[in-house]
Amino acid sequence: MPTFTMKVFRGGPTGGDFRDYRVEAEDGMVVLDLIHRIQATQAPDLACRWNCKAGKCGSCSAEIDGKPRLMCMTRMDIFEPGATVTVTPIRTFPIIRDLVCDVSYNYVKAKQVPPLRLKPPDADGKYRMMQEDVERAQEFHKCIECFLCQDVCHVIRDHEELKTSFSGPRFFIKAAGLDMHPLDTVDRTQFLRDQAGIGLCNITKCCTEVCPEHIHITDNGIIPMKERMADGFDPIVWLLRKFRGGRKEPA
Amino acid sequence: MAKPAYETHEHDVIVIGAGGAGLRAAIEAAAQGVSVGLICKSLLGKAHTVMAEGGIAAALGNVWPEDNWQVHFRDTMRGGKMVNNWRMAQLHAQEAPDRVLELERWGALFDRTKDGLILQRDFGGHRYARLAHVGDRTGLELIRTLQYHAIHQGIDVYMECKIERLLKDGDRVAGAFGYWRNTGQFVLFKAKAVVLATGGIGKAWKITSNSWEYTGDGQSAALWAGADLIDMEFVQFHPTGMVWPPSVRGILVTEGVRGDGGTLKNNKGERFMFNYIPEFFKGETADNEKEADAWYDDKKNRRTPDLLPRDEVARAINSEVKAGRGSPHGGVLLDICTRRPADYIRKRLPSMYHQFKELAGVDITKEPMEVGPTCHYLMGGVRVDADTTQATVQGLFAAGEVAAGLHGSNRLGGNSLSDLVVFGRRAGLHAALYAKNLGGALSVNAAEIESVAQGMLEPFSRGGGENPYAIQADLQETMHALVGIIRTESEMREALRKIETLKDRAGKVHVDGGRIYNPGWHTALDLTSLLMVAECTTRAALERTESRGGHTRDDHPYTDDTWGTVNVVLRLRNGVVQVSREPLPEMPAELKALFQERK
Repeated sequence: MPTFTMKVFRGGPTGGDFRDYRVEAEDGMVVLDLIHRIQATQAPDLACRWNCKAGKCGSCSAEIDGKPRLMCMTRMDIFEPGATVTVTPIRTFPIIRDLVCDVSYNYVKAKQVPPLRLKPPDADGKYRMMQEDVERAQEFHKCIECFLCQDVCHVIRDHEELKTSFSGPRFFIKAAGLDMHPLDTVDRTQFLRDQAGIGLCNITKCCTEVCPEHIHITDNGIIPMKERMADGFDPIVWLLRKFRGGRKEPA
Repeated sequence: MAKPAYETHEHDVIVIGAGGAGLRAAIEAAAQGVSVGLICKSLLGKAHTVMAEGGIAAALGNVWPEDNWQVHFRDTMRGGKMVNNWRMAQLHAQEAPDRVLELERWGALFDRTKDGLILQRDFGGHRYARLAHVGDRTGLELIRTLQYHAIHQGIDVYMECKIERLLKDGDRVAGAFGYWRNTGQFVLFKAKAVVLATGGIGKAWKITSNSWEYTGDGQSAALWAGADLIDMEFVQFHPTGMVWPPSVRGILVTEGVRGDGGTLKNNKGERFMFNYIPEFFKGETADNEKEADAWYDDKKNRRTPDLLPRDEVARAINSEVKAGRGSPHGGVLLDICTRRPADYIRKRLPSMYHQFKELAGVDITKEPMEVGPTCHYLMGGVRVDADTTQATVQGLFAAGEVAAGLHGSNRLGGNSLSDLVVFGRRAGLHAALYAKNLGGALSVNAAEIESVAQGMLEPFSRGGGENPYAIQADLQETMHALVGIIRTESEMREALRKIETLKDRAGKVHVDGGRIYNPGWHTALDLTSLLMVAECTTRAALERTESRGGHTRDDHPYTDDTWGTVNVVLRLRNGVVQVSREPLPEMPAELKALFQERK
């Protein structure tokens, strides 16, 4: 069994440093297994979040050798046997302790997204939607809220002053998922422009690259929303839509 | 020593636990116009509900118009081997369709039929394709839908907060006391009504599909507050957990694999489930491969034995492995790759595809999966009134896995998500109504709070050198070896002795570090409840001298009719767990008739 040196950030909001832990890895183990081993045998107070250990809950986000990843889905066999593996908290958010960050920013932003408002059901009281139509939105429903996309978004990472006027990729696709719901009636244009700040995104696709669910955040979410915003300001498109009907009401 | 400081919050209703049941309860209570606090042990949206995969059972009749609540009721009772609380099973079957449609109104996007309605899939023990689903990530859809609905209902959400004790004012509940995980500071919630929605106890076993949170907090808190527990002997081992590599052992493989055509095989390539059809299910189960395979498309055939209820399948796998017919790593093979096209598998089971590919290096469209039983669900728990979900203590309500009765001795797949929303709603409603009717001010006992708080801090100061993680691991080994799928009296007596030793050791736990986000301390505190529920399960399992559902006795291998009319009831008196047998509520004649109609 190879033994790794796990270089783990230990500390809090006022600072900290890296500690090295020598840990043996068994077949198929992931970074989170080694962190648990450190807790059980060397540092019982090492703080980390985790729940499902199967890539479904999005709790164990960290930066592993500088790459934002889920600890539970990062297998040790991707590293050279005996290598040193560095584990730090996701750095965009304030550190509470060790690998645990204060991600409350995301819960504030979640609340601002205008919720769904459905069309009335069919005459028999049922809602009908075709599979092809729900699939577009279903892609965004796969999000496990690991906030890795938020972590790498340079608007959030580098611009503290924009935090009040920018929601980040997680909430762009939340809005996209609602907008692409086949029965939704809410227009989120104003929200996306004024509160979510989608105009600040310059589509570098960093968010898409780190998404553990492989959601096409930029191509299928952000870009169509940006296009729709551009349409919204076009008086001709606006006029055409008015004649054809189907224009959504403001939130 | 200085008095421990704590902050105080006050609500009409507090809901402890923010999975499907807790969220639904909070939403309903808020809709009644009372003030609601929702307390999560983790961050909001991370509760165990996200792990549910296959679907939510409801007799919508979208795929098979023959389906209705009576058939669902009958399947649920038979799956539970008839010791379910009949009234809960009835309410559940009647109300599940409304709750699913409500989720749809709140934004859940279920997979669709060709006509655009909610698609339903086959699952074990359900006569018709009944599970509304979103691929194999239905739990995620459910929790996200409820979470994003809840945040607009004026509910106060308290995240990463662990409740240690319920507080009482005389005979009735008056609040709860706990701590913030990220600061380690104490917090008091005063409340007229408390809804427990804390989930299960699976962390007491070694191989489990359950996360760190599942430490029996709610069952223990209820017991300490004077409430009854029932059916604690009924623990479900899901037949299909991953078995390889060792680090993922126990992670769930959805029953949807079998629902969508997958089949179990031993190392000789035999579909062994045909050899394990119990008398009870013979009439409705296919005894040959041709009929079993035809059943998927035409329900006039009898159903495949691969989809017998979970207790039957788990025992069968256990026997195959014991007989030396297991897979290389001690499970059996679950094959869908030779039975369905790769595209279909990736579309229907995306998360299983991903999970095996990433964690085991197995492509399930090309190779079979290795699977084996994993501790998954507790059928027993807090004894509740079927209609109101009120426990045997005034002002205390319980819903979801922490509550008992609906599933009897064995839960059918898909009946958990529906349980969460049906009884979550009822719990929220009745807790709110109870709180509205309760006049006067609440008082809590400051001295009691102080003593609980002092006790919680002891691990920091005492000299003992016990490691909380080691005690937890030893308990998991003990329960797995001695109170697992197959049980016997001598082993369970040994388990009780070991649990006593572990309790002594838990009293000597020492933790290093401070109070801020200290998992060693959290593990130490969770040990108290984990040991409590482990003892409860063992005592109840010793009492029930028969085999039924999720309780199999090597020394009492048959189902005994005299046990079919009683619950094993546990209560704490003067610090001692008392065990008794009490009669089950009797089913009315018109419901009994449903079981005589056909096989």
